[in-house]
Amino acid sequence: MSFSSKVVWKEFSHSKIGIAGIVILLVLFSMSAIAFVAIPLDSFKTWNDPASWLLYPKSAQPAWVNYFQSEKIPEHLILHPVRLSQQIGPVNLLTDSFTVNYRYDGFPSDFIYQYTVQYSGSPLLQMSVTRPDGIEMNLVSTSLPFANSTVSYSSMIFSTQDVIAKNVASAKTKYAFSLDDMSSEKIVFSQLDTNQILKGQYVFRVHLYDVSGKPVLIKSNLVLGGKVYGIMGTDELRRDLSVGLLWGTPLALFIGITVSIGSVVLGLVYGVYAGYKGRATDEVLMRFNDIIYVMPALPLLIILAVTIGNSIFLMVGFLVVFGWVGIAKVSRSMALQIKTLQYVEAAKLMGQKDYKIIFKHILPQLLPYAFASIAISVPAAITTEAGLSFLGLGDPSFPTWGQILHDASSYSAAARGMWWWILPPGIMIAVTGLAFVFMGQAMDGIINPKLRR
Amino acid sequence: MGFKKFLVKRAFTMFGVLMATLLVTIILVGSNMDSISKQSAAQEIRQQVTNNKSLLSSFKTTEQLDSYIANEVKQRITALGLDQPWYSPQRIGLSMYKILTLDFGHAKFLTSDSGSSDVRDIIIEKLPRTILLFTTATVIVSVLGIFLGTVAASKVNSKLDKITSGFAIISSSFPVWWIGVLMIFVFAFLYPIFPARATPDLSVTDPGYWGSLLYHMALPLITLVIIGFGSWAYLVRNFLVGVLQEDFIMAKRAAGIDEKRILYSHALKNAAPPIVTILALSLSSSLGGAIITEAVFDWPGMGRLYFEAISVLDLPVIIGATYVLTAFFLVSVFVADVLYGYFDPRVRRE
Repeated sequence: MSFSSKVVWKEFSHSKIGIAGIVILLVLFSMSAIAFVAIPLDSFKTWNDPASWLLYPKSAQPAWVNYFQSEKIPEHLILHPVRLSQQIGPVNLLTDSFTVNYRYDGFPSDFIYQYTVQYSGSPLLQMSVTRPDGIEMNLVSTSLPFANSTVSYSSMIFSTQDVIAKNVASAKTKYAFSLDDMSSEKIVFSQLDTNQILKGQYVFRVHLYDVSGKPVLIKSNLVLGGKVYGIMGTDELRRDLSVGLLWGTPLALFIGITVSIGSVVLGLVYGVYAGYKGRATDEVLMRFNDIIYVMPALPLLIILAVTIGNSIFLMVGFLVVFGWVGIAKVSRSMALQIKTLQYVEAAKLMGQKDYKIIFKHILPQLLPYAFASIAISVPAAITTEAGLSFLGLGDPSFPTWGQILHDASSYSAAARGMWWWILPPGIMIAVTGLAFVFMGQAMDGIINPKLRR
Repeated sequence: MGFKKFLVKRAFTMFGVLMATLLVTIILVGSNMDSISKQSAAQEIRQQVTNNKSLLSSFKTTEQLDSYIANEVKQRITALGLDQPWYSPQRIGLSMYKILTLDFGHAKFLTSDSGSSDVRDIIIEKLPRTILLFTTATVIVSVLGIFLGTVAASKVNSKLDKITSGFAIISSSFPVWWIGVLMIFVFAFLYPIFPARATPDLSVTDPGYWGSLLYHMALPLITLVIIGFGSWAYLVRNFLVGVLQEDFIMAKRAAGIDEKRILYSHALKNAAPPIVTILALSLSSSLGGAIITEAVFDWPGMGRLYFEAISVLDLPVIIGATYVLTAFFLVSVFVADVLYGYFDPRVRRE
């Protein structure tokens, strides 16, 4: 039962299932890296803050469902501007234009312009749209509140505002049908002869005129409301699920790996110490081990989460408390065998200290077993944490996959057919678990050659 | 060591664990429990005083009334032993004794279907349903698993073996409750074959009650079986593959005994001890797992009771349910131990 790391790796690299596990794990790690790099830490901290998700659609399906449909559902678009700054005589003119090629088979549900502008004086804000057929419509003309010194002003323009309805209605002579009681976006995006969507390129322009200084647009976004959004869609609280799922990856890996390494190290040292010492020490340690071993973990975990706290770090600690016992049992019996080997006895006779014998001579022998147990115990840790989060006992400040599923079930996503809210988190949990199970299987095959045949 | 001594030793360990779990639970919820019982004592007395008109009219000022009530509350708290901190040995001892004798007190919020708030009544009502669902599931799963595992072990590396192993690995990495949510989504809403909520809508006295119960049980049962039998088959297969490599099987083969007979009567018999142990253990662990599964399916058993008690912090119910769950868990661990010791005498000697 001795293994050199070279031999183990050689055997491991020949196992297809082990390589599959490593590949999945690498993908998950790169997803975590993407999460850290691409998604600002802020958006993950504001996961539970409804204000930060205002621009997003409610319960939108993923955008790729359009590939499977002949009728394209309008996508929720958050447009970013192309900026142009001009000086016309004494007037400073700032123009933000938003170009969109609208190719969907339905009207956008609304449009919202969100902006933050820094100015002094009283600039004039004007918003207009140029349609594919060349018709230009003025939507809003408004002057911003007067300011003596430089101020920063944030506001939004909604398509539902009366001003826009009035401005749009002034074009009614061009339309072959009545515009009464029709919402603005259905007019702006409509064909002239029938009230159907006019596909093509729309350009929304926002002009800021100011005489007293140069206005600066700090934030400027145009949102065209739709029913599909992004790669993963959004949930009832308008949150972009791809952000949550992506951030769930490092969290799940952190929970799984920390818990399994913690339990395996604790179990190994405990078991080896008990096995090596033997006699009364062994008896006492193993009885204590027995007690924890047969305690019902889930009810106690729930009580711990409710009474002590549910921060993610506490949760990791609780899971370790119930995770190490099985490993301690096995490593004890392994230590019982190893300590009778001649080189260990020799070391003992030479007066080597106990902890040195344990750490230098016995533990290295158990390393392959340790790695296999780490891999095998990761999925259990992840599913247990997900289960606790699903019951609503998890750390609500982190978007773990279990937390997302908890939200889904509390908004009865299953009953409302919101499959994009339910399927991906569960699949992610399973795939992450599978990566480790695969690796554990490959390791197991190396340690227990009997299973192969 | 004789079998009897082994039994006694295991029984003692189990009792120790039961006590330890109880102690941990009491320590964890003790301080909360304390303030809740104090509050309820104060409330009770205030109620008594306000209901007693003649007593109420004998007070001239509100201060007098308040001091009277405060005094009464103090007396009541002393009488109940609440004046001592919850961690005092007497109080812990008393609560442990009460729980041991199945006196769990009254629930704060939850009631049984028949309206009783006695924790014992609630548990007695819920427990059979959990046992019904999970025992049925475990029996189906184990029979299916043992059969499939044996077939797979007799044809190692065949297509069937690979499919079984693959299915086992994949099915075990999905959380049961997530599959449950999916099953509800598909079979209760997309194709409304089964009810989404597993709570039967008929009363117990209705003659159709049992039929309704079984109909409502179908979806959770199917889910548990789908998730469970793969890993069972895989375990049984691995045990059998191990046994089939032993020398005595080789000898039997050499003696020309029919391969089927070797597999079913000799190999399976030798793989029995771990299989029986796992049967007992999976029964008990399914009881713990019941908390999430029952919450998902809304099955009115112990698991959902536990979940509800946690969400409203109904401490007497939490303690009672933990005790019962632990006791069941330990009994099955004990049975597993005993069976293992019975089948495999080497265990006893250790």
